Amino acid sequence: MQSYVGVGVTPGRVVGPVRIMPPALSAPPAGEKLDSSTSAEAAAAKLKEAGASVKATLLERAGRATGDSKAVLDATALMATDPMLIKAAIKLINTGLSAERAIWDAGDTVAAMLISLGGYMAERSHDVLDVRSRIVAALRGVPAPEIPDSPVPFILVAHDLAPADTATLDPAKVIALVTAGGGPQSHTAIIARSLGLPAVVAARGVTELTDGEFVFVDGAAGSISTHPGQNDVAAAQKWTEQATLLSVFDGSGQLADGTALALLANVGGAKDAQAAAAANAQGVGLLRTEFCFLGHDTEPGHDEQVAAYKGVFDAFPGAKVVVRTLDAGADKPLPFLTDSTEPNPALGVRGYRTDSTTPGVLARQLAAIADAAKQSAAVVWVMAPMISTPAEAADFAAMCATAGLQTPGVMVEVPSAALTARHLLDRVEFASLGTNDLTQYAMAADRQLGPLAALNDPWQPAVLALVQATVNGAIAQAKHSAALATEDSAPKPVGVCGEAAADPALAVVLAGLGVSSLSMTARAIPAVSAVLRTVTLAQARQLAEQAVAAASAAEARELVRAALPALAELGL
Amino acid sequence: MIERTATIASTVGLHARPASIFAEAAGDLGFEVTISRAGEAAEDAVDADSMLALMSLGVEHGEVVVLRTENDSAGDSLETLVRILETNHDA
Repeated sequence: MQSYVGVGVTPGRVVGPVRIMPPALSAPPAGEKLDSSTSAEAAAAKLKEAGASVKATLLERAGRATGDSKAVLDATALMATDPMLIKAAIKLINTGLSAERAIWDAGDTVAAMLISLGGYMAERSHDVLDVRSRIVAALRGVPAPEIPDSPVPFILVAHDLAPADTATLDPAKVIALVTAGGGPQSHTAIIARSLGLPAVVAARGVTELTDGEFVFVDGAAGSISTHPGQNDVAAAQKWTEQATLLSVFDGSGQLADGTALALLANVGGAKDAQAAAAANAQGVGLLRTEFCFLGHDTEPGHDEQVAAYKGVFDAFPGAKVVVRTLDAGADKPLPFLTDSTEPNPALGVRGYRTDSTTPGVLARQLAAIADAAKQSAAVVWVMAPMISTPAEAADFAAMCATAGLQTPGVMVEVPSAALTARHLLDRVEFASLGTNDLTQYAMAADRQLGPLAALNDPWQPAVLALVQATVNGAIAQAKHSAALATEDSAPKPVGVCGEAAADPALAVVLAGLGVSSLSMTARAIPAVSAVLRTVTLAQARQLAEQAVAAASAAEARELVRAALPALAELGL
Repeated sequence: MIERTATIASTVGLHARPASIFAEAAGDLGFEVTISRAGEAAEDAVDADSMLALMSLGVEHGEVVVLRTENDSAGDSLETLVRILETNHDA
């Protein structure tokens, strides 16, 4: 038996066959020359042949698809032999380039042409680049870089997954995700949580597994083992039974002593919001507004934005919906806002900071949010991402006031914001901890990097101390205003909307640290609720103190998990 | 050289499905046909069998295009292509 250990990001135990995702295709070296033993004619013929085989594969797949995906596959298939693409590549072959490099460059040119046309055409540029990769793979005689197709459900093993892979990931076919790279905040982890799939990331060496081999995956323990035994099969069966129990939330987040703790959903559009409302989420703690902007090469208009936000608000009449203003930059670049040539995009002009380089976009977004709020019954709060100073918080609050939005807030993602929370909350009405970025900045560890996964752990005591500092800042601010008798003395709300809230054990710690709401992918709410109901506020406070005082993330996690027998009972 | 003109009937213009139907039909002919906007120089015409080239033309609903071929016996084939362009494939 061979075992691999990584970081478990979504609980669940399954036994199944492995399918390995082919590695991403490397670009042929720039200017790569045609092999001296190959004539240009022969290279051109090979290229045409590769194009034809890609076309045949895609047409075959289109034949099994229906509706929109069939139309997209049909059109993409045609691109593989498109004269514009192939002729341009053959011209390059005739100047002495290798077939691989020629189609690579021709694909770039055609994609750039489509992007320059904007709108629908710009979106098709991805299809051209996809076809190009498939042709290069065919020329090399390697499998195309995509999620493998299989007649039976399988455990997907990959180096890492990109956001684009979500579109082609069929949750009916994939029963667990295992990656060699990535961290607990990586795209793979986020995809796994939103689909409710058991997942392990940063499991080094796991891509050496053989295609078709049966393995046991434990998403809670973060382990993968080959040659599963009877115990593993029994554990997987037990999980399947419990999973149905852990799929329902009654709409009331609370601790064992009745202390209320609102459990909200993170959503990225109207469809998500409707699903979250159906799952009894008590509101939306994070509406990511990027959905309205990504894939656009120009700013969406007022009416388009109003309709998009209203679609989300309408799913939660009478409930709170916290809107995060556009968070572009770093891993979410937008051509009209962000500079892709920054050497350190995570430390660059992103989030709220884009308002200084491209003023107007944020003000127009706030106006659209205000209009949508007026037309709906949701209680709309707005918050800015990547706030670092009280002055920025004040400026954002002023912009919200101008737009007619009553409840401005800030995300606490930058350590400076956590440490100056008292002054931030003097200027805005609430704070929401974005633990993914807060962890990456506190630990100076890029959240996408597998080798840094251990640093990128929200259980790091330093991260927990920053959460504590933020809550303490809210308490200090309330005391200070009460002394001046300018406001009532209840601290302003401090919520958590990062992935940390979806870890049931960590949710107990956050409750003990004094946060007032937890927002997570709707799928995680039932498990978090079930565990929160087994502890009192006093117990949660004690665990939180121990976790903050721990010497390492592992020690904090072990201490807390050991004190929560419900986790083992529920298989979490 | 022979020429035919056609008015684009598809409501989305000559993109997406209408473009792929047309490009496929043009590709099946076995000889070169070009397409350009009416009034534009013949040198600016693009291959009719390239969906990507058709998309780059960006011809919208109601615009008039010119089809050309050097094959002087291809009148009927061009008529077939004209009928494809003058059919609304989104209806």
